[in-house]
Amino acid sequence: MFDLTGKGALVTGASGGIGGAIARALHAQGAAVVLSGTRVEPLEALAAELGERAHVAPCNLSDAEAVEALPKAAAAALGQVDILVNNAGITRDQLFMRMSDDDWSKVIEVNLTSVMRLSRGVLRGMMKARWGRIVNVSSIVGVTGNPGQANYAASKAAVIGMSKSLAAEVASRGITVNCVAPGFIATAMTDALTDDQKAKISGSIPAGRMGTADEIAAAAVYLASPEAAYVTGQTLHVNGGMAMV
Amino acid sequence: MSDIAERVKKIVVEHLSVDESKVTESASFIDDLGADSLDTVELVMAFEEEFGIEIPDDAAETIQTYGDAVKFIEANASA
Repeated sequence: MFDLTGKGALVTGASGGIGGAIARALHAQGAAVVLSGTRVEPLEALAAELGERAHVAPCNLSDAEAVEALPKAAAAALGQVDILVNNAGITRDQLFMRMSDDDWSKVIEVNLTSVMRLSRGVLRGMMKARWGRIVNVSSIVGVTGNPGQANYAASKAAVIGMSKSLAAEVASRGITVNCVAPGFIATAMTDALTDDQKAKISGSIPAGRMGTADEIAAAAVYLASPEAAYVTGQTLHVNGGMAMV
Repeated sequence: MSDIAERVKKIVVEHLSVDESKVTESASFIDDLGADSLDTVELVMAFEEEFGIEIPDDAAETIQTYGDAVKFIEANASA
C-alpha cells in the first residue's frame, strides 16, 4: 500500500518541520523528491540524509518569476512532477485593527498565490500523464478562524476553496487535489512556547497533546498515493479532535 | 490535404476518440466532436507540442473548429 516507487514529488517548505517530514515520508515510500525552500542549508542537509532520489531546488515563493521557474526545474530533476505538495507558508500575525496592507499581501502572496502558480505549472504534465496528485497544506485556522491571524486564516481558507474548484476541473484526468489541515503541531515554532502555554494548548485538544510532523506527513502520503485516487476536493483534518468539521 | 491538416486531424481523432470522417473543416470541437472545455485546452497544448509553436490564450479562444486550428497553425508554424 501507498507505494510511490517511480513517482516524482515536489515539496515546498521542505526546510521546515512539517515539509521536511512530508519529503522524508514520500521518499521512504519510494518517490524521488525535489526539496524546495528558502533556506539552502537545511535543504542540502535533508538531501544528503535522504541520499539517492533527492534534489534541492531553492525558491523564494514571494518572487513570481522564481515560482514560475520552479516546476520546470523540478521536472528537469525528476523527469516529471507527479506529486506536488504545497506546504510552504508564512505568518505575519497581527491584530486585525493593526494589520498593514503589507502583512496582508505578503501572506496571501506566499500562502495562496504561489500555490496557484505552482499548481498551474505542474498541471500540463499531469494532464498528459493522466495522473497527478496535488496536496495543499492548509490549516485548522482556515476553517475555525483565529484571533491575530486574519491574513493567515484567509489564505488557508482560500486554499481550500481553490483546491475544490481545481479538483472539479481535473478529476476526469486522473488528477486529485486535496488539502491536509493540521491542528497544533510540535515544530520549532511551538518550541518557543512556555511549558505553561503548551499545557494550556494541550488541554484544549481532546487527544491531550500536540501533533507531530510525522502525523501530517502520513496524511500527505495517503493523499499522494494511488490508493487515494477516488478522494478529491477534500480536506483531511489532522488535529487530535481539536475541531471536528 | 496539407501535411499540417493531416497532423492536426490525427491529434483530434486520437484525443477526442472520434471517427475521422466526422472531423470536417467546419466541425466544432465542442458542438460536433463532443469535447468539453478542458479537452479544448488539451488540444491546444497538443498542437503547441506537435508544431513547436506557442498559441496565446486569446488566439486559442478563436480556435473553435478543426478548420480554425488548421488555418491558425498553417499561418504560424514554421515547418
